Amino acid sequence: MLPTKDFEKIVGRGNVLASVADRQTYAYDSAVLDPVTPALVVCPETSGQLGGVIALCYKHGLPMTVRGSGTNLSGGTVPDSTDSVVISTQKLNRILEINEADLYAVVEPGVVTAKFAGAVSQKNLFYPPDPGSQAVSTIGGNIAENAGGLRGLKYGVTKDYVMGLEFFDSKGDIVKSGSRTVKCVTGYNLSGLMVASEGTLGVISKAILKLIPPPKASKAMTAVFDDVQKAADAVAGIIAAHILPCTLEFMDNVTINMVEDDVKIGLPRDAQAMLLIEVDGHPAQVEDDAATVEAQLKKNGASGIFVARDAEEKNKIWEARRKALPALARRRPTIVLEDATVPRSKIPAMIGAINEIAAKYELLVGTFGHAGDGNLHPSILCDRRDKEEFSRVENAIDELFRRTIEMGGTLSGEHGIGTAKAKWLELETSKATTEYSRLVRRAVDPKGLFNPSKMAAI
Amino acid sequence: MDNLRQLAAELSKLDDKLVKCMRCGTCQSVCPIFAETVKESDVARGKLALLSNLASEIIDDPQAVRERLDRCLLCGSCQDACPSGVKTLDIFMKAREISARYLGLNPVKKLIFRAMLCNPRAFNFALRAARPFQKLFMRAQQNAPRTAKVPLAKFAIGDRRLPVMPEASIHEKYGDLDVPAKPGKPKVLFFPGCMGDKVYTNVTEACIKIFKHFGVGVRIPGNLACCGIPALASGDAEGFKTMLAHDVDIIKKIDFDYIVTACSSCTETIGELWPKYASEMPEYSAAAKDIGKKAIDINAFIVDVLKVDTLPKEKLQKTSKITYHDSCHLLKSLGISSQPRKLVKANSDYEFVEMDEADKCCGCGGSFTLTHYDISRKIGQRKRDNIVKSGAKTVACGCPACMMQISNLLALNGDDVKVRHVAEIFAETLE
Repeated sequence: MLPTKDFEKIVGRGNVLASVADRQTYAYDSAVLDPVTPALVVCPETSGQLGGVIALCYKHGLPMTVRGSGTNLSGGTVPDSTDSVVISTQKLNRILEINEADLYAVVEPGVVTAKFAGAVSQKNLFYPPDPGSQAVSTIGGNIAENAGGLRGLKYGVTKDYVMGLEFFDSKGDIVKSGSRTVKCVTGYNLSGLMVASEGTLGVISKAILKLIPPPKASKAMTAVFDDVQKAADAVAGIIAAHILPCTLEFMDNVTINMVEDDVKIGLPRDAQAMLLIEVDGHPAQVEDDAATVEAQLKKNGASGIFVARDAEEKNKIWEARRKALPALARRRPTIVLEDATVPRSKIPAMIGAINEIAAKYELLVGTFGHAGDGNLHPSILCDRRDKEEFSRVENAIDELFRRTIEMGGTLSGEHGIGTAKAKWLELETSKATTEYSRLVRRAVDPKGLFNPSKMAAI
Repeated sequence: MDNLRQLAAELSKLDDKLVKCMRCGTCQSVCPIFAETVKESDVARGKLALLSNLASEIIDDPQAVRERLDRCLLCGSCQDACPSGVKTLDIFMKAREISARYLGLNPVKKLIFRAMLCNPRAFNFALRAARPFQKLFMRAQQNAPRTAKVPLAKFAIGDRRLPVMPEASIHEKYGDLDVPAKPGKPKVLFFPGCMGDKVYTNVTEACIKIFKHFGVGVRIPGNLACCGIPALASGDAEGFKTMLAHDVDIIKKIDFDYIVTACSSCTETIGELWPKYASEMPEYSAAAKDIGKKAIDINAFIVDVLKVDTLPKEKLQKTSKITYHDSCHLLKSLGISSQPRKLVKANSDYEFVEMDEADKCCGCGGSFTLTHYDISRKIGQRKRDNIVKSGAKTVACGCPACMMQISNLLALNGDDVKVRHVAEIFAETLE
């Protein structure tokens, strides 16, 4: 018997969703997986309520799936079973502090990333992590998945901005780690352990995030290549010249053509690769860096280079990149968006492998992504209702991950493992690694209630 | 149970549209209702999931799905922002139609749509008959938004402030209006819509003034019915088609170059939905298509067709600030945003200021505000707060429904802010 009434006592009646219609809307996330309808959805509005909900779940042995906006691409927020309680953090959405003197902010887990970045920018400060879902994703989810984004190469990812966390353990007691100070070695780095833990080790209730001064100037450009190898050489050349562009994006031939089909902005349809690059910093340095990047692009055989002269032209460049996912997504009913990541130098080999796999399994695959950090998004366009086609998709993904690991790459650059990639975890790491992960989980979650089937399942 | 099967079968015809949703959740960032409730079933992604489940019989409670489906303004924000191009408006309208067919239509709505909106004579008679009693029930307030309190109707409409009703409707004043065009000037058929005929007659008068000023010929037939959108939005396709047939029968006999409205919902309905639904009505199909092609909003007509040069005459003393609210159907369905701003700026009596979130829905959503007043009011309050924060003393709109909603919120807050249609503001500049 579900203690629905007890949950209602903690969070109020309106914050417990018990009807089947409401529960079915918390059964999925953005991963292409089957939905699982939870037993109950609970939406605490304060940190105290959150702790109370967790304690009650612990008491009754109810599995918990914590969920922000449900934008996860690896199934981390799909309930484990129909006995699960979904805990939504979306109403814990207050920015508690933006400290301009000490360059940090304190937020609740349900704060939406873009809203937070916007509030920070109003104070003329900068929070760089910009995952593709930032318009809806929450900071809590970003930390739990260690979300990346376009600025990873120069500015790092979510983990580089987490100074401290408060989180609840499986009994609902509060754990504190890290500090408002730049330096802090008080105790284990439990905040670090929580980053990318995918809701398996605790429930984040408060985060202290690092802020930095914003760059004063920026410059964007695009370059097209008749060969992926040349584009990769240009990327290597830029890095070797000690330039770290804030964004260094890649689109393959399929993606270029689909974007052009949709928005008709004059992209070269015969190009095999396109790089979209932005450098930022002090105005004088930006000019220098842009000139060096341009020289490297020319040296490596770029066939067309376009440098944005003003904000409007710059916006046009990024419009092309922003249109990549929509252009691909509109082509077929289902898009399986992967994030296999390889060392930068292996990008041509990776593109080659993706194209071979697409041909072998007769699938339509468009690839775009973050060339600067080797994080590509091969996107398989299909119709999951077509069982035959979808089994080819699954086989293609198997092979894609095998090849990625052979190249010294990793299963996931920024989307997480969840249930979607759990079966390959050991292939990339080792048996001892998954065993160690399970031991850690068992130690902090003896009843096995936190997202039990995710990552190294317990 | 058989009924449920049929309902599911009907809904599964939408499957090709439903399957396009990739569950990315982007709709959360734009949905006005979700912003207030933070509840997944209030956002398009949740509704689409429920419709898929109903179609594949994973849920057997169609009433619960319908209740959630009804919590939608049909503002089109989600469709506009959707990366994978899900046609949410098509899906939600069709789903409302299907569920109305299997679960029945709200009896009050049915009475209004079938007896009143389909039948302009009855509608007009009822209004005329009620007019002497208006002063009895409605207490006009001496306030800037020009609203009235309706204390005796509190049980039905809450504390809502309604627009002060005019002495006479447009069709009573003009009958069949027919002003010939000056040589070389276009002829328009002006479709006043229910609100432009019976409530905001000033807006229609302003449009007539504009047409006359530019030598444009104008016809306003006296016996037009509603465009039908209130019925269709509630799932009453039959009522919608009756209204469509009534109007097309009148309009097809008239020779004109453009059919102009000052209500973006009417424009959208005539331009998009009449041709779409008439395609199932052989005797109306061709005429509705022809009429639909000529449909244009008044702002776009003035700026894009008449090519009116609206550079403001410099005036040293601007008396007060004015701001502009983007109506959903005008911006998100018709893509019109620069034209009304140009027309407002043309009036040098005002200083134009943008409000925050000008493109956010006002929360009216047609009959949504009647059935879900609590949420509608919260969304409206946010719009009101943005208007007041802008410092504007007048807010211009392109849609009478927004005018009614915004007036209500301003009146409830006791704000000294006027609500005007862009056509009224522009017409003031003409001699």
